[in-house]
Amino acid sequence: MSFLSAEEKGLVNGLWGKVNVDEVGGEALGRLLVVYPWTQRFFQSFGDLSSADAIMSNSKVKAHGKKVLNSFSDGLKNIDDLKGAFAKLSELHCDKLHVDPENFRLLGNVLVCVLAHHFGHEFNPQVQAAFQKVVAGVASALAHRYH
Amino acid sequence: MSLTKAEKAIILSMWGKISTQADAIGTQALERLFASYPQTKTYFPHFDLRPGSAHLRTHGAKVAAALGDAVRSIDNIAGALSKLSEMHAYVLRVDPVNFKLLSHCLLVTVASHFPADFTADAHTAWDKFLSIVSCVLTEKYR
Repeated sequence: MSFLSAEEKGLVNGLWGKVNVDEVGGEALGRLLVVYPWTQRFFQSFGDLSSADAIMSNSKVKAHGKKVLNSFSDGLKNIDDLKGAFAKLSELHCDKLHVDPENFRLLGNVLVCVLAHHFGHEFNPQVQAAFQKVVAGVASALAHRYH
Repeated sequence: MSLTKAEKAIILSMWGKISTQADAIGTQALERLFASYPQTKTYFPHFDLRPGSAHLRTHGAKVAAALGDAVRSIDNIAGALSKLSEMHAYVLRVDPVNFKLLSHCLLVTVASHFPADFTADAHTAWDKFLSIVSCVLTEKYR
């Protein structure tokens, strides 16, 4: 049994093909740090995070956001085995980065907000529902190897 | 968690625009809620929840109206929503986890309708405002 139906895969891939992954990555990570400022705890070396403007224009935030979303994008290519696709990253986030998995859920929902912001009415309830499944699946896969 | 002056100003100014389509926004948020989180439909066995239904439109309008009340009394949201808070605690008893889900869907709806206004600061202001509303609605639960 597939994680997403054929229709949901179509909706996700259809939209994702139009996404500027590098830009959206920076935007999503930036908004995570603005809207949920306690998440800044993982990025003490990133320099000026003192205001929304500072965060959104911070080059380290943009670079890291790009990295994160490219990884997410790679994961989408293995949508039926997200746990396998993110196994190594899961171990990294637990053992080296010590990130509470709740943060994966927060970032996933911020990404959904950014997609809604960019795509407007095209990001309709059915497209959103498919993406909510994807971000939940990725968050769960990233938490899977925690111990 | 409370709203700063700047955040209140953002909410008030954006509500001016949102209120012209408040019913549609409330309705779409519910549509998104039921599509993304089907378990939330368990609270509405008596409703026709198909997109476009009269039940959805009426209920969406109610949700929007309550948000409007909260915006208009932004310095005393607990006071403005006191009756609604009692209703949720003693009659509706919607599990608290669901307020986060509806809040997220409201945020997504606002983001998709008002791209120019939904800056990172506005995103924060609305997330906080909806979080406060959710707190008020669950504060009498036990």
